[in-house]
Amino acid sequence: MAKTLFDKVWDSHVVKSLEGGQDVLYIDRHLIHEVTSPQAFAELEKRGLPLFRKDQMVATPDHNVPTKDQHLPIQEALSRQQVDKLIENCEKHNVELYGLGHPFQGIVHVIGPELGITQPGRTMVCGDSHTSTHGAFGAIAFGIGTSQVAQVMATQCLLQSKPKTMRIIIDGELKKGVLAKDIILYIISKLTAAGGTGYFIEYAGSAIRSLSMEARMTICNMSIEMGARGGMIAPDQITYDYIKGREFAPQGEKFEEAVAYWETLKTDEGATFDQEYVFPAQDIEAMITYGTNPGMGIKLNGNIPGLIEASNKESFSKSLKYMGFEPGESLLGKPIDYVFIGSCTNSRIEDLRIVADYVRGKKKALNVNAMIVPGSKQVEKQAKAEGIDKVLEEAGFELREPGCSACLGMNEDKVPAGAYCVSTSNRNFEGRQGPGARTLLASPLVAAVTAIEGKIVDINEYLN
Amino acid sequence: MEKFEKVTSAAVPLPIEDIDTDQIIPARFLKATSRDGFGDNLFRDWRFNKDDSPKEDFALNDDKYSGEILVAGRNFGCGSSREHAAWSLYDYGFKVVVSSFFADIFKGNALNNGLLPVQVSEPFLQELIEAIHQNPSTEISVDLVAQNITFNGKSEAFDVNPYKKECMLNGYDDIDYLVNIKEEIEAFEASRTVY
Repeated sequence: MAKTLFDKVWDSHVVKSLEGGQDVLYIDRHLIHEVTSPQAFAELEKRGLPLFRKDQMVATPDHNVPTKDQHLPIQEALSRQQVDKLIENCEKHNVELYGLGHPFQGIVHVIGPELGITQPGRTMVCGDSHTSTHGAFGAIAFGIGTSQVAQVMATQCLLQSKPKTMRIIIDGELKKGVLAKDIILYIISKLTAAGGTGYFIEYAGSAIRSLSMEARMTICNMSIEMGARGGMIAPDQITYDYIKGREFAPQGEKFEEAVAYWETLKTDEGATFDQEYVFPAQDIEAMITYGTNPGMGIKLNGNIPGLIEASNKESFSKSLKYMGFEPGESLLGKPIDYVFIGSCTNSRIEDLRIVADYVRGKKKALNVNAMIVPGSKQVEKQAKAEGIDKVLEEAGFELREPGCSACLGMNEDKVPAGAYCVSTSNRNFEGRQGPGARTLLASPLVAAVTAIEGKIVDINEYLN
Repeated sequence: MEKFEKVTSAAVPLPIEDIDTDQIIPARFLKATSRDGFGDNLFRDWRFNKDDSPKEDFALNDDKYSGEILVAGRNFGCGSSREHAAWSLYDYGFKVVVSSFFADIFKGNALNNGLLPVQVSEPFLQELIEAIHQNPSTEISVDLVAQNITFNGKSEAFDVNPYKKECMLNGYDDIDYLVNIKEEIEAFEASRTVY
């Protein structure tokens, strides 16, 4: 029978199926970080259970870490305790840890792929909803809660109902200045923040195939923002070339064997999906969000919808009131206070290159505080090797050290109440970047242009 | 996990759509290393002013509303996978959340912690909210055994995965089940080709 990519990977990991529709799903790799793991370690200890497969786990601190002076002890007491707890737990249970100062440390969803841990056909989980990022390689990857973190620690398995499948096809050639972030913001604006709930998504079509791995990761990363458990893209030569030679990638003959298997990980001709959408690439333009969920996005030069178009007027009005915007208005010309370039959505080397290419020889606007946080130590190192740090510095940007940073403001990197921030991160929820902070999600290119102009502009007028 | 069979109580209405887990428990309160005490910061930024004084117009601060049931707008619990959202609702004293649609990860986290997500139709939800607004002491009954929710003589059935229902009724966790099939998991590992 013709199978989807999702079915192939899922079915090959089912240990057994229970009556009532739950599957016992085997998990190949488990990533952990300091925020959602301490209670799971405690649960195991309480029950007297050992780690079942510690060699299939990798840990790194990312959510809480400062992005300045990482060589010094963490100032904030609670953050330090949580990071120390991760170190203590990893030492006690012999889990591989890339702690602060380690050349592999970084945002968990940036380091998995760059170390070659993320591979096609694998199942991967992490106590973080953006685990969907890893699906860019043709893996089934999804976020889990802490009780499930404990389950995977104890048994390397999860009880899961098999999600429905959805395919989103983007065909054709993308317009100039339209990046992966615009594609995913466009899709979410069409499907809404709940439109993918209950589904696992496969992204396909010629526009998707043309994207780099970094861009594919940006798209899969935000699958959760429409409620989907995960997103996947079938592996191809671009995938294999990215993985080859990485730290934990198969080497030599083993790599060739793996590629032969990965080649089978495609949706078969005739396989059916529970839901399918097709969008022409030509329809997609540079995007920005105006509200307090990622589905509230418009073309940069478009208008905020009117109240009459809102499905729930009370929620829509509450959202716009928080943002300080009026229904029906344009965002062009709105002054911006902060620009944040970073997060597991857009902090990879390609993102930094896009920003550096645009800001080279320019200066950021005086009213803008521009922060750029690389996704990992390896990204930081590469950026320095390419002289990106100098370009950014000359343009008035601050290049920080790796971590989740102002995406969720668990460390000191916060946006003040009432301030506007154009951010390359994934969530514009109320208070996400700090209590009262107002977030507008956009691509790294839109963020770079905004930083230079100090206000929201139609980037088409700025691209030569 | 505590057993759950039936809850009968008044409810707190929160008829906002797309309530994300960052609102339920903001990230800056996720720094604890235990599961305790999250209820204090439930809906922190909607519930309290900057100086920690309660915001009077927020339903949880309104004396007319009380009970073990939260009634919320569609797509409740979207966003982050933080289980702290379920812990904070439960720790505050809620045993049931009623909505017309739940985000997946939240729903799973709630079920793993004895907090029952009850998904009802949009018209039923609107009638329920209206009834609570009109009479805040409206008694609502949520029966897991019979899988129905009832108020003012109106009733609607709700779905729950049969396995998760058993877990809730008996206070079992997934981990108990999985640990018991370890030999099958090992046999699965031995049988597969890993690249």
